[in-house]
Amino acid sequence: MQFRTRAIHVGNERDPQTGAVVPPVHFASTFVQPGAGEWGEFDYSRSGNPTRKAFETTMASLEGGVDALAFSTGMSATHCAMMLLESGDHVVAGADLYGGSYRLLHKVVNRSGVSVTLAPTTDLAALKKAFTPKTKLVWIESPGNPLLSITNIAAVAELAHEHGALVGVDNTFATPVLTRPLELGADIVMHSATKYIGGHSDLLGGVLVVRDKELFDRLYFLQNATGAVMGPLESFLASRGLKTLDLRVREQSKTAARLAEWLTGDKRVKRVLYPGLPTHPGHELAAQQMDGAFGAMLTFELHGDFHQTKRVCEATHLFQLAVSLGAVESLIEQPASMSHASYDPAARASFGITDGLIRLSVGLEAFEDLRDDLDAAITKGLS
Amino acid sequence: MTPAPQNDPAAASRSGISTLAVHAGEDRQKLANAITDPIICASTYTFSSTQAVIDFIEQKQQREEYGRYGNPGEKIVERKLAALDGGEEALVYASGMAAIVGLLMTKLNAGDEVVFFDECYHRSREFCAKHLSRFGVVTRQVKACDYDAMAAAINSRTRLLVSESPTNPHQSVVDLERFAELGRKYKVETLIDATLATPYNVKPLSYGVDYVLHSATKYLGGHNDLLAGVIVGSKEKLEDVRKMRGILGGINSPHNLYLLERGLKTFELRMQRHNQNGQAVAEFLASHPKVEKVYYPGLASHAGHEIARKQMRGFGGLITFLVKDADWRQTAAVVDAAKIARIAPSLGGVESLIEQPLVMSYYEVPPEDRKRFGIPDNMIRLSCGIENTEDLIEDLRQALESV
Repeated sequence: MQFRTRAIHVGNERDPQTGAVVPPVHFASTFVQPGAGEWGEFDYSRSGNPTRKAFETTMASLEGGVDALAFSTGMSATHCAMMLLESGDHVVAGADLYGGSYRLLHKVVNRSGVSVTLAPTTDLAALKKAFTPKTKLVWIESPGNPLLSITNIAAVAELAHEHGALVGVDNTFATPVLTRPLELGADIVMHSATKYIGGHSDLLGGVLVVRDKELFDRLYFLQNATGAVMGPLESFLASRGLKTLDLRVREQSKTAARLAEWLTGDKRVKRVLYPGLPTHPGHELAAQQMDGAFGAMLTFELHGDFHQTKRVCEATHLFQLAVSLGAVESLIEQPASMSHASYDPAARASFGITDGLIRLSVGLEAFEDLRDDLDAAITKGLS
Repeated sequence: MTPAPQNDPAAASRSGISTLAVHAGEDRQKLANAITDPIICASTYTFSSTQAVIDFIEQKQQREEYGRYGNPGEKIVERKLAALDGGEEALVYASGMAAIVGLLMTKLNAGDEVVFFDECYHRSREFCAKHLSRFGVVTRQVKACDYDAMAAAINSRTRLLVSESPTNPHQSVVDLERFAELGRKYKVETLIDATLATPYNVKPLSYGVDYVLHSATKYLGGHNDLLAGVIVGSKEKLEDVRKMRGILGGINSPHNLYLLERGLKTFELRMQRHNQNGQAVAEFLASHPKVEKVYYPGLASHAGHEIARKQMRGFGGLITFLVKDADWRQTAAVVDAAKIARIAPSLGGVESLIEQPLVMSYYEVPPEDRKRFGIPDNMIRLSCGIENTEDLIEDLRQALESV
């Protein structure tokens, strides 16, 4: 079966008891067992819940993994993967790492004696230098945030495996519609299911999908032992979101590509960062690695100062001013004042996060409506 | 709270369908600054003082009062549905049946008459013929799309003309121009059940039809996980219907209505895919040697194709077809052999569903009546979901060839 058919049917088989075409939402915290010392498929909801299992089964199919685990947030999923490490181990992470993962590695995981090196994952030679004999995990994102850098996942996986390290890929931006890292050699895929997977800005969740059964069993042990599982209602909403994932991601990507093209031709815009543009440094790689589209995240830089850019972000009527991304509603934000405000200005500049930068999460609205909204806001903000 | 610009009807008429589906009816800045609307489960709403109650009763203050009379989430989804259908006002109900009953109970009195095209949903006709008749309402049925017969059935007591378009399962397409004209000419209100078409494919109000009805359980909810009904029309005409809903109480629940609102966000994408799958599968079936006949408005061979082309953007995901030289068991074997489409009543969800009308809806109806209703033993109804087109065609191919 093809992707979209699997997104609808795998994990959502008819309920054998009632015939319900949509699996029921099981809120039960515990399950009655057949006998003392005899265990049914489900015993206690932290260890396993039928509604969560349905969502995990669909996710495993879409990412091409053996199995999946659903968590309360993307951060709890990432933390579970990090708990594979032991004192003395070393992690190599991409330089344009999500801020929450940066904080986890530098302020939490480090307390267990795990060390971290940030390296530019778009430059394989530089990345190679970051490895030590203690390196056990490489953690990357592609496309990166907010500069949308593209990492060659297959090449990084090969390099990591040569050094005996596992590869985890945060696939939140690309989604399995566009990139399936396990097929490219990665060992773990992580999603903030809050974004495209749920897709409607109405749930928090995280997922790990794994290629290998033995690794899955280790992660399952950690999840069950630490307990940050996804709730039944979120699991149901996430499963419901998956049914339109392919439609949403492809449509949102199409609109993002048209906006990128339109912004490129606009004199008020200094540069546009979108992997679908031939001018993007990762364009060729993205065209190979991503399945038919380049995602719906788009960053651009205005010919404007901090305050003008801030005013643009505040002047839109359709784009809403908020962090997060990946939903049907379009969002706008200024990295310098919002998602990357905690960096000092010099560090921001060194990462290429300038004051005139604007990040868009392109939603499902019509292209013409979004273009007109942005056009008017840029005029108003720059005046 | 400031109303969103997309709540402005002039702006709405210029917006794209997905822009409306995502934003229409919602405030831009919501409670707690949340990006999505909260589910307000409250059964009742508090007043700060006696004066506040008096202000509300004297209509100086618009607000909620008690759950049966209204809910904030209900109003949001009603505004969204009204915007999608190009109507002033929408009223949501617990189900499609609750919606039509809500309208009929408001508009008809003893001695009044209603005229149906005979291919309308049999439960709606049954409600009129068996139950409204007990209150002295007369129901007349004429052959679907026979406008002269409908005109002939109208008299001074006629209050309402009712049809579906397309009809289910025969997919007859009503010429909405002519249907609305009949209403205007004889000064009788008109209602179209456009469940199969949805506002993506046709907007009956734009032809002058007075009321549009949808079972929102189908394409509008779209995920086979809620029941809902909606009537769209003018504010003036629906005012008494809203009041009657408050009296009869056939309202929907806050949780369901949130799922409906959420489902509507992907409405345009889903409909594009349902239309595409419907057309491709209908064409495949029409060319298959084991298929005798296909009922689908998107096929040139279909009786209503010309009208459908004029008034519809696409033709939906529902297909009815006859298996060639098959008795009811051989037809059932095709249904049973389907691996993707599942056997169930209903339609319009992301999951494809298949059924044999003889078994599913007419099992207890005598053969002579089934013949009269046009339900042969070898008829199959398929609701194409949004799965990949190739998978659906392959599934039907193997199902047809397995028998």
